[in-house]
Amino acid sequence: MVMSDMESAPAAPARIAGVDEKILAERAREAASTRRDVLFDVSRLTVSYADVPALKGVSLEIYKNFVTAFIGPSGCGKSTFIRCFNRMNDLIPSANVDGTILYHGIDLYGPEVDSVEVRKRIGMVFQKPNPFPKSIYDNVAFGPRVLGWKKDLDARVERALRHAALWDEVKNRLKASAYSLSGGQQQRLCIARCLAVEPDVLLMDEPASALDPISTTAIEDLMHELKREYTIVIVTHNMQQAARVADMTAFFSVEVDEEQDRRTGVLVEYDATPTIFTNPGDKRTEDYVTGRFG
Amino acid sequence: MSVTTESLGSRSHGDRVRGTAFYVLLLVSVTIGFLLLGVLLVDVIRKGIGYVDPTLLNEPNSSDPNKAGAGPAIRGTIYMMILLLVMVVPIGVGTALYLEEYANRERWYNRLLEINIQNLAAVPSIVYGILGLAFLVRGIGLGRVLLAGALILTLLVLPTVIVASREAIRAVPDSIRQGAYALGATQWQVVWRQVLPASIPGIATGSILALARAIGETAPLLLVGALTYVAVNPTLLGSYTALPVQIYQWIARPQEEFRVLAAAGIIVLLVILLTMNAFAIWLRNRYQRRW
Repeated sequence: MVMSDMESAPAAPARIAGVDEKILAERAREAASTRRDVLFDVSRLTVSYADVPALKGVSLEIYKNFVTAFIGPSGCGKSTFIRCFNRMNDLIPSANVDGTILYHGIDLYGPEVDSVEVRKRIGMVFQKPNPFPKSIYDNVAFGPRVLGWKKDLDARVERALRHAALWDEVKNRLKASAYSLSGGQQQRLCIARCLAVEPDVLLMDEPASALDPISTTAIEDLMHELKREYTIVIVTHNMQQAARVADMTAFFSVEVDEEQDRRTGVLVEYDATPTIFTNPGDKRTEDYVTGRFG
Repeated sequence: MSVTTESLGSRSHGDRVRGTAFYVLLLVSVTIGFLLLGVLLVDVIRKGIGYVDPTLLNEPNSSDPNKAGAGPAIRGTIYMMILLLVMVVPIGVGTALYLEEYANRERWYNRLLEINIQNLAAVPSIVYGILGLAFLVRGIGLGRVLLAGALILTLLVLPTVIVASREAIRAVPDSIRQGAYALGATQWQVVWRQVLPASIPGIATGSILALARAIGETAPLLLVGALTYVAVNPTLLGSYTALPVQIYQWIARPQEEFRVLAAAGIIVLLVILLTMNAFAIWLRNRYQRRW
């Protein structure tokens, strides 16, 4: 995985319909002016379910205050991969993770690391909005309460809701059920819920796939805002979305083993987003981003 | 194929007959159920309503049907319900939480536990009565006391409460658990602050229905000594009687007046049961959750 220099990213016409060249150019400018500090260093990561590998031999680095997108066809293991970063796969008894993910230089899967501590620092937003069956306020306050942060809870909840661009819409009905919100609002509530525990990283597993276009735009705008303070990793099946929000993009694909009837996800290419979309180094990436496959 | 009025209108004769016959069969089944219940209710109420008075509710049993009441029996039943609730809900919910949230299904002992609980739900209540007599009353020498009766009823309805609680816990979507885990909650916090509160309406409904079944039970109580004549209010470790036992005893009497008294007792029991069921339904509707 060789990182190409941003300056030399060619100004070739975007090859996929719907992705604005201007957006990509802006991405390239942004990325070039940002320092690359490695936050996660993943090496030779393999995830298996009941001894059947779902994802094999992934190595990549994720940079601080970048938005990193994982794209690829269904079944390529991108969701499995993102769940490794906060050890959500631990909750599936048959799942097994090999390889290392260094976070600030510490192996997340090391024997002395507690998965609960990991999840306090690395928050996650899920594909389907999953508010708790409680009030809006209690949803956001849940994390701080669990961590025993009882001081200034009101201020903390307000800050998180403001951060998630939801405060103005809900400030007069904090005691109302979270289910009274629209789908897009619920998803922003879930983001606010994550922000309330002041994490370091936000993992987002297809956060906008269940939302309408306006809510999707709201979430994407939010990501632009949030990356100043957080590192964001997003799984998306929407290439335009990846082009709009991500600084770095990783393309995953499926390797089919006909003999054993197994489908395993592999990392094909990882590079700056403009490069992935305009000048990919791998034929499979090119086929995917130009819409010939997947 | 051309579409004509005939081709759209022709369904085979046999098909139509079978459909109608099935519908009639369903109606008959529904009618039988309703009719039987209706006849029973009307019969009992017509016979016994005149005897539902303060004497029945307060006085102890007597050999004179005009003075006989079911006061100690009613209070015995109510005390037993409270004891039952205190014992069966924590144990039942605890077991259900263990099986749903903690137990590893791969382990043989957990599967054994599950099969056991399912089978226990099918054991006839008289068998629990015999167990109670042998183990509680004689074995550990508890004697024929209220506590022994409550313990046996606890065993009797425990499987039902476990099964109902498990259903309620299972109905909490996994996305809620995952959301809580992702915020750095421990398993204990996820269970205590998310899963349990979300499943309480279902657990409460199931427990009340199980309780309603328990207070109608007669057979096991006869064995663990719900005496038929108790003049004093029951205490935890004293002799006691219960409403269904009292009714059973009155019906067995030769005098017609006692049978009428039994009908009155049945009305009281039915009112208690229907109140509990209504409360369960209200609870379910009130706290019904849409995920």
